Amino acid sequence: MNEGRKEIFQIVFVLVGLVFLVKLFFVQVVNRRYAELANSNSILRQVEYPFRGLIYDRNGKLIVYNTPEYDLEVIVNDVKNFDSANFCKVFGLTREELRLRFKELKARKKEYSPVKPMLFIDKLSNEDLAKVQDHLDEFPGFFVQARTTRAYTSAGFANALGYVSEISKEAMKKDASGIYKQGDYIGQSGIESFYEDQLRGKRGLRFKLRDVKGIDRGPFDNGRYDTLSVPGQDLISSIDLDLQQYAEKLMNGKAGSIVAIEPSTGEILTLVSGPSYDPNLLTGKNYSSNFKTISSDTMKPLFNRPLMAQYRPGSIFKIVQALTALQEGVITPETRIPCIRKGFGGIMDCHGPHTNEDLRGAIANSCNPYFHSVLRRMLNQNKSTDTYQDTRIGLAEWDKHVNSFGFGNKLGIDLPNEKNGLIPTPKYYDGAYNNKPWKFSNIYSIAIGEGENLVVPLQMANFVATVANRGFYYTPHLIKSIGKEGKPLQQYLEKHYTTVDSSNFIIAVDAMQRVVESGTGQWFAKLPDVIVCGKTGTVQNEPFPDHSVFIAFAPRDNPKIAISVYVENAGQGARAGASIASLMIERYLFKQTRRQYLEDYVLAGKFLD
Amino acid sequence: MRRDNDISGSIDWTTVMLFFGLVAFGWLNIFAAVYDENAKQSIFDLSLNSGRQLLFIGASLIIAFAITIVDLRFYETFAYVFYAVILFVLILVPIIGKEVGGNKAWIGIGSFGVQPSEFAKFITALAIAKYIGSVGFRMDSLRSQAILFALIGLPMGLILLQKDTGTALVFTSFVLVFFREGMSPFLLIVGICAATLFVLTLLIPDPVYLYIAIAIILVLLILLEKRKKFGRIVLLTVGALMISGVIASVDYVVKDVLKPHQQNRIKALINPDADPLGFGWNVTQSKIAIGSGGFFGKGFLKGTQTKFDFVPEQSTDFIFCTIGEEHGWIGSVIVIAAFVTLLLRIVYLAERQKNRFTRAYGYSVACIFFFHFAVNIGMTVGLFPVIGIPLPFFSYGGSALWGFTILLFILLKLDAHRGQVLQRI
Repeated sequence: MNEGRKEIFQIVFVLVGLVFLVKLFFVQVVNRRYAELANSNSILRQVEYPFRGLIYDRNGKLIVYNTPEYDLEVIVNDVKNFDSANFCKVFGLTREELRLRFKELKARKKEYSPVKPMLFIDKLSNEDLAKVQDHLDEFPGFFVQARTTRAYTSAGFANALGYVSEISKEAMKKDASGIYKQGDYIGQSGIESFYEDQLRGKRGLRFKLRDVKGIDRGPFDNGRYDTLSVPGQDLISSIDLDLQQYAEKLMNGKAGSIVAIEPSTGEILTLVSGPSYDPNLLTGKNYSSNFKTISSDTMKPLFNRPLMAQYRPGSIFKIVQALTALQEGVITPETRIPCIRKGFGGIMDCHGPHTNEDLRGAIANSCNPYFHSVLRRMLNQNKSTDTYQDTRIGLAEWDKHVNSFGFGNKLGIDLPNEKNGLIPTPKYYDGAYNNKPWKFSNIYSIAIGEGENLVVPLQMANFVATVANRGFYYTPHLIKSIGKEGKPLQQYLEKHYTTVDSSNFIIAVDAMQRVVESGTGQWFAKLPDVIVCGKTGTVQNEPFPDHSVFIAFAPRDNPKIAISVYVENAGQGARAGASIASLMIERYLFKQTRRQYLEDYVLAGKFLD
Repeated sequence: MRRDNDISGSIDWTTVMLFFGLVAFGWLNIFAAVYDENAKQSIFDLSLNSGRQLLFIGASLIIAFAITIVDLRFYETFAYVFYAVILFVLILVPIIGKEVGGNKAWIGIGSFGVQPSEFAKFITALAIAKYIGSVGFRMDSLRSQAILFALIGLPMGLILLQKDTGTALVFTSFVLVFFREGMSPFLLIVGICAATLFVLTLLIPDPVYLYIAIAIILVLLILLEKRKKFGRIVLLTVGALMISGVIASVDYVVKDVLKPHQQNRIKALINPDADPLGFGWNVTQSKIAIGSGGFFGKGFLKGTQTKFDFVPEQSTDFIFCTIGEEHGWIGSVIVIAAFVTLLLRIVYLAERQKNRFTRAYGYSVACIFFFHFAVNIGMTVGLFPVIGIPLPFFSYGGSALWGFTILLFILLKLDAHRGQVLQRI
């Protein structure tokens, strides 16, 4: 009955052997994927980090540089004959601290590996390093790892510079370039972020053999495929570091912003966000704890006001109204409108010593009822018999001009997180009024820069630079040269013309000159030996004190600097804003402060008294 | 009795040569698996697995020689005594044993440990052979079968208690011996069908598809049934329902009874790429190592995968990776051919016995080697779930090597004397 069973055994044995051989033939000979996988398995791609590019100011002063930092690392398995008493002495630790450090090491659980280098003491100072280096050989398993971090020559300019830190998980997911790996450093905001591509340089690659524990077994193929790292490009900023620091000093203790632009190029000379923080706080050792403190500050030092704070512009918008109305031909420079003082609602009340001004006078004295009428003429040009429809047509026309000044949309500065601001369109009001009809009497407060319109300080500065140029602007930017002898990015070399004629701008310039000579700016903004053109603004901010605004450029002919100053809760634009702007102009044009009393007044910051 | 001890003329030298060849090649591969280029170690270095394995090999040669000079009746006579002793030791292991790698299968003797379960294999083989060879044994008697299953079930159960599933499963290979000695193939067929169903259930994520397949087959069978007898239709339906029940129970067993690491091993078999750095690590790395060897291999001591420790347990359970990587497909062919030759040779030896005890023992040896060979290589090439059992003569470890050596040389000893024993065919 057992006939043939022997053969079954023999057949099964041979069959299993054949199945293995066939399977192995496919795994070993036919399918080459495994050989490739084996390479990625045992060959480690090691990235060699390039030096990040440095950043200089417009006069060649260093702003941002790299500084070496030293961490003490340990491979736990390599630690032998550990003399803890000696270790404590050399590294200046107490026994308790040492014990704690070992405990923390093992508490890292997932990360912890006894065969990989683990961070033991981070950021040794240079003196520490010198002291420790002679003793390192007494502690096998411990070694010093050098790397570079960012350092800043001055304590300011933080919001524009941004900072560098480890790439976040979300950013990793978004990164399509595949350049970054977990744990890599990346520019997180400001210039560091915008010019990340230029600054980071090119990483070098080294191929090393390693085993499953990650232990280095020498270069692969004698380093034939290795590439050297290429340092990042240096950037020349348009910032005038001296002016920047002076501006920061003036803004000290105040919230708001100062933006100064060279009108002929669009290069930003100063970009201050107040309050700010010391950029050195967000580098190296105490990054995370400092970041927490800074980001939870109620004054929002991380909020980059020049780009992100959307304010109502206030009376500086009267220049905009004048330009659009002149361009549309609804007024002439000689148009006189009586000042009725009261009657359009509280916001339009007027107090100044004027009664029946022409355009220049109305600007110089910042007459509210005058511009109420100007906007009415602008919006209701009787292009339609239906007053609602007529306003729509007028507003659309107005929008076209205002947008051409760079309002209502991002200008495209070389910094991230710029805000649009808001220039209301007919559509916007449809939404705001739930598609019920609206007309001039509903929206007149935009005539004096109150109401719905919002601008960021950068747009104000760009606008005054446009006036200084009599009708065009270059997009404001912070980097004037990529590489030592380079150019800015292409988009910053393009001229943008407004829809308003140059001749109309000349009228605006005249008016702004009068503001400083004999109008609202005469007390604080006037300079003896240069013609300053400006405009004050006092933005309603019930129930808090008004915001103080001032825009200006100087000299009147061949302007060198255009500036916008916005100080929150500082009252009249004629005081805080005008003083700061004029001190800045003086500093830039004459490299000195000649009116110490005015500086003291600004530094004291008591503008409301 | 002098002739009894001098068997050099009658021992099967073919098998002995195969044994030496496998052990020697195994030893070289153990060295390759632990070799470190920078350390300039010697293959004889006792701090390395290869150095220690050489000691084990030396000891196994002494054991092999000792086996050949002991009186041949000793093995059959004391088979049940050995069996009782090993059962006792296996009971002791969980109590006094030490834990190695999650299994409590070791007993410490001095500075090194011994794995009693490795010796339980040859002892159980002897006990089964003795029972099958006993006077009046009839395979078709239910009582005999029950006793045989008890003989393999007892050590198996005790080893399961040590959580050494792999070694315990080796004992199922004795069922093949029963088959050779006359057991009805029904049990085997049912077993194979159950295993096929089990694998199908695992491969097909939703059992609903299997139910549908069974339903379709059932309808086809009924339609093809010419006479449309009511009884047959009922029978087929009941059968289909029973199979569906098995599928449902497999689903339950896999998801609720198997431990997570066992589930993962099965999942890794089905789709090792699902989590290549997690539960699929062993199989993935093993395949990468073997696959990177190509046709001719990277050369002795030139493997990057095995040398840099990507494959875990590579000098023990995953030793075949080293062969595959360094010696390529050619090396694999040689090793597999050597094993198949050994298995066929053992069957040949078993079949030429005139004595039922020796024949049953011979088949036990063949089946145990076959199980180890098939499962171990099957798992390294990803055809079988990861079950931690060694590749005979290759894997590092004293107990296993000695167990296999004893297993083989007792057969050689019995075979050498086949002319002297004529009783009880």
